[in-house]
Amino acid sequence: MAGVATRVPGTALPGLAPSGWSLAGRQLRFWLTNYRRTWRGSIYSSVLNPVLFLGAIGLGLGTLVNAHGSARLGGVSYLAFLAPGLLAAAAMETAVGECTYPVYGSVKWNKTYQAAVASPLRPVDIFHGHVLFVTLRLAMNCAIFLVVAAAFGAIRSPWMIAALPVGVLTGLAFAAPVEAWAVTRTRDSSFAMIFRFGMIPLFLFSGTFFPITQLPAWLRPVAYLTPLWHGVSLCRSLNLGTADLGQAVIDVAYLVAVAAAGLLAGNRTYRRRLYV
Amino acid sequence: MSADSPLIRARGLVKRFGDFTAVDGIDFDLLRGEAFGFLGPNGAGKSSTMRMIGCVSPPSAGELSILGLDPVRDGREIRSRLGVVPQEDTLDVELTVRENLLIYGRYFGLPRDVIRERTARLLEFVQLSDRAGDQVDPLSGGMKRRLTIARSLINEPDIMLLDEPTTGLDPQARHAVWDRLFRLKQQGVTLVLTTHYMDEAEQLCDRLVVMDAGKIAAGGTPRELIERYSTPEVLELRFDPADHQQSAEKLAGVPAQRREVLADRVLLYVDDGDAALVAVRALGVEPLTSLVRRGTLEDVFLRLTGRELGSE
Repeated sequence: MAGVATRVPGTALPGLAPSGWSLAGRQLRFWLTNYRRTWRGSIYSSVLNPVLFLGAIGLGLGTLVNAHGSARLGGVSYLAFLAPGLLAAAAMETAVGECTYPVYGSVKWNKTYQAAVASPLRPVDIFHGHVLFVTLRLAMNCAIFLVVAAAFGAIRSPWMIAALPVGVLTGLAFAAPVEAWAVTRTRDSSFAMIFRFGMIPLFLFSGTFFPITQLPAWLRPVAYLTPLWHGVSLCRSLNLGTADLGQAVIDVAYLVAVAAAGLLAGNRTYRRRLYV
Repeated sequence: MSADSPLIRARGLVKRFGDFTAVDGIDFDLLRGEAFGFLGPNGAGKSSTMRMIGCVSPPSAGELSILGLDPVRDGREIRSRLGVVPQEDTLDVELTVRENLLIYGRYFGLPRDVIRERTARLLEFVQLSDRAGDQVDPLSGGMKRRLTIARSLINEPDIMLLDEPTTGLDPQARHAVWDRLFRLKQQGVTLVLTTHYMDEAEQLCDRLVVMDAGKIAAGGTPRELIERYSTPEVLELRFDPADHQQSAEKLAGVPAQRREVLADRVLLYVDDGDAALVAVRALGVEPLTSLVRRGTLEDVFLRLTGRELGSE
């Protein structure tokens, strides 16, 4: 058999000393290779989810809401009010879904992270590779959402195209911190708690379905603190043409800050988990 | 780094996890082209040592140099020149055999055509060519191990690290893995392996160290260790459990270099096992079964630690 033998030490090493992002790109390729097997199913849910929500709540429930006057919604149809908020909320759902079980499973079930960390990739590259993958998934889902929303006639302003990057950013504000935390878990039961007591309340009470001015006064500051509210209100202002530059800068800055904090935390938690 | 300096050099190497010291100040050198083994029971510190060599576990104290580099500072470069076969399979079971090698080759920054060419060669080497397009999940444990070995060779490593390469495999699959590793050894690949199977260590290792409780108890070639810590032959006797202890005591009258009374057997360390058996019977002691065998690393381990290798 022609040698599978090892290279003579000192000879050229291919792919040595690449930059961090090129290493992260190698891990991104891993996720994309995996995704090639499951993308069809994921597209179905990316389309079906907005169709069901915009249909049932936006059109169905919306008929009732519109019939009772929509002054509190800024004089627009409930559908046009709901769609941008739902885009941001769906981005959160995508992010949390992609950053819990897949991350946990890579450490505990398939152990593909342990395989990667034995190669030149460092924990930080493995982390960033997954964040890149989630960014692509978010962009994909937000784009699909916009197409579905347009088909429903829910889009009122060309500015809604900017909801795509805002949606991605909203997703990343969840993805980075959740992923940083998920990699530290030793049991997967923690994730059910996050879904039940984290995501669902945020989904319902961050202004997605009704303005948070409807909330009791004491609860409103809590909503302002959640990244989702910033994503929801920014997307909504784009669709309703009420966007204000100052508020938009605050929203974006807040989301960037949360995502950046998650990235910093993840650099640390990934290293602690994978270099033991 | 000169051609004959050790590929790995460890002095006073320590790994602690909180209050627990897994590796307690070990020294060793790995030379180019040799197969070097860490033999010891579970919990001896073998895997912790391997993880430090693999640059995925920073040493707590002591010196460690791999390929003349520092594992903490130069981890990325060192890892690009290692081939790692971890204790537990880390294959992506949802991907195909070929895709696993492709992804791993990409981790090392290898171009696609190089990966394709090596994949064909490596799958042939581990006898998985006909499964190249199959998903990994349904493969047998032995096939997954062989695939892991192929994967670890994708970057043509300078050193191969094998952490308990055949643990959990049935005897036939184990022999298939040994056969592949033996061929690699014949090709001059430098191997580092951990094992708690003394036959694995004897078959594959040019040199080994016996580890126990984080320390190196002894080191040398298998033959040296057996000569130093055992006898050419060992007489194994089994008695009725009812008078096991009583019979064992009577054997004090048999001339032997050493006598080990285990829970289920008595071992007599002698030069001539048959002669010793004659002496046993001359004392009027009749064992249920008797076996004369040569001294092994199992006996070395028993002598060094007072425990059997398989015990926890």
